[in-house]
Amino acid sequence: MTPDQITFLIVALVTLGAGFMVVTTRNLVHAALWLVATLFGVAITYALLNASFLAVVQVVVYIGAIAILFIFAVMLTRKDMRDQGPQLNKNWWFGALLSVLTFGGLFFLLQGWSGFSRTATAFPPGFDSISELGNELVSPAGYVLPFEVASVLLVAALVGAVYVAFNRK
Amino acid sequence: MSFWNDPLKVAADWLMGIFTGWGMPELAAHVLISFLGVLILISILMVLDIFLVWVERKVVSRFQNRIGPNRVGPFGLIQPFADIIKLLIKEDTTPGGADKVVYNLAPILSMMSVLILWAVVPLAPQMLGVDADLNVGALYIVAAGAIGTLSIIMAGWASNNKFSLIGAFREVAVMLSFEIPMLATMLIPTIFAGSMGIVKIINAQTTWFFFLAPLAAIVFFIAAIAELGRAPFDMGEAESELVSGYNIEYSGMKFGMFYAGELLHAFTFGGFWAILFFGGYRFFGLELVNPVLAIAVLVFKAFIGYWLIMWVRYTLLRIRIDHMLAFNWKFLTPVAFVLLIVTAFMNALLAGTSSWLYIAGMFLSNVLVAWIALEIARFYSRREREKVEGPKKPAVEAAHH
Repeated sequence: MTPDQITFLIVALVTLGAGFMVVTTRNLVHAALWLVATLFGVAITYALLNASFLAVVQVVVYIGAIAILFIFAVMLTRKDMRDQGPQLNKNWWFGALLSVLTFGGLFFLLQGWSGFSRTATAFPPGFDSISELGNELVSPAGYVLPFEVASVLLVAALVGAVYVAFNRK
Repeated sequence: MSFWNDPLKVAADWLMGIFTGWGMPELAAHVLISFLGVLILISILMVLDIFLVWVERKVVSRFQNRIGPNRVGPFGLIQPFADIIKLLIKEDTTPGGADKVVYNLAPILSMMSVLILWAVVPLAPQMLGVDADLNVGALYIVAAGAIGTLSIIMAGWASNNKFSLIGAFREVAVMLSFEIPMLATMLIPTIFAGSMGIVKIINAQTTWFFFLAPLAAIVFFIAAIAELGRAPFDMGEAESELVSGYNIEYSGMKFGMFYAGELLHAFTFGGFWAILFFGGYRFFGLELVNPVLAIAVLVFKAFIGYWLIMWVRYTLLRIRIDHMLAFNWKFLTPVAFVLLIVTAFMNALLAGTSSWLYIAGMFLSNVLVAWIALEIARFYSRREREKVEGPKKPAVEAAHH
């Protein structure tokens, strides 16, 4: 095995284990911290795939902003921080069904995929993945429409947040 | 290739020869040598950190018109070792009701968030760190800061102490908000260099980016001080009301980790300020003579940045938390974004012109943005003042009475 494969196996195991802990731990703040570990594992997986930009953005956005907001929300909204109460609510069967269906669908789709046995080709020298990504995001032949739609959605969310939080005198 | 031109490569080749001579496969030897390199870099940084304790205490005493440590060793140089021995033999306490694992993990993460920053620092043209083939160096700095934020909230929550929790909330609010102008101003050297890679940013600085974008350098500096949680932005550990903020409950070396991490963080940000705006290890071709000289230039520039951070810290008073956040969201962030837009626009407009015109255009647009921003701020503060105090009488009339 190459060092890359060993690293991948360790990272994948840690990510899955942390993800499992997110849903099984009874303390909500611990769940949020395990979620951070999971997201960090995903970031390392991106780094192993040579997607350095995605890896760093994963850490900045998910760990630096979203996970911190999760922890804030848990601390500010829960009255009681002790580990009590049931872990499942009455919709548990629906969640289980949905996850089984998603897993089955992905399994079915990936069964016929030939990518598993191939090794990735190395980047040509001087290849700048970031500028390629940037060009794809703003070129009309690429992904400019989804990119703009996502931007408009985020701006709408921002305006909505300001409207909700605005204190009229 | 002699030892003095590229000591790291020579040492690595020498070790490689020894390890493969022992019958170790080349791949394993390579991994082992990389680990050794990381270990040596971190050890040097930690020793430097011990020295920084002395620097900080000596400089603050000069700013406050005192002498500072001067009893243990020449110029008090042995003082930090006495401090460390004191920290090591202190009782290691854990407050009742604390979340033990998270409580113990927080100082480690805090130190780690600083140390991993050095992975992308190019020390000399021959010693580039990971950044030689990483093209997101500038963003990586922010990502490492995210882990620091996480460590603070972990420390504040796990201590089971209301003061530390309030301190952590404030600190995290400040860090999250000041990250935005910091990131926006980091994109300005990125525009000039055409890459987020730190090596490419340094190589593009034939003229220091400070002369192209002085306003961006200043905004980055302010945001960096807030990101470090140092005065005047140290509301998170305001002694007079929160005792010491998120690290109240920590004793001994665990507190030492937070403290040493903060000092090294300040030094590191001095280094990043130098790298992004003052040419990093470049100094009139001195860096090409010898890698040791290049490292010396970088350390010297980093110390100047660190000294400025200390100067601000021990001169200005603490700012109230709402003023601090209002300053960020209503002034620093808009200025940083406008400057980013103007710089991108000017960059497209001046592309292909002579370099002198480019530098002059960039410099003037920076001055213009700064002037307009200050005028707008002055207009609003004057209106606010008039609302509170009533319209101001003309000075001539006041002198008459």
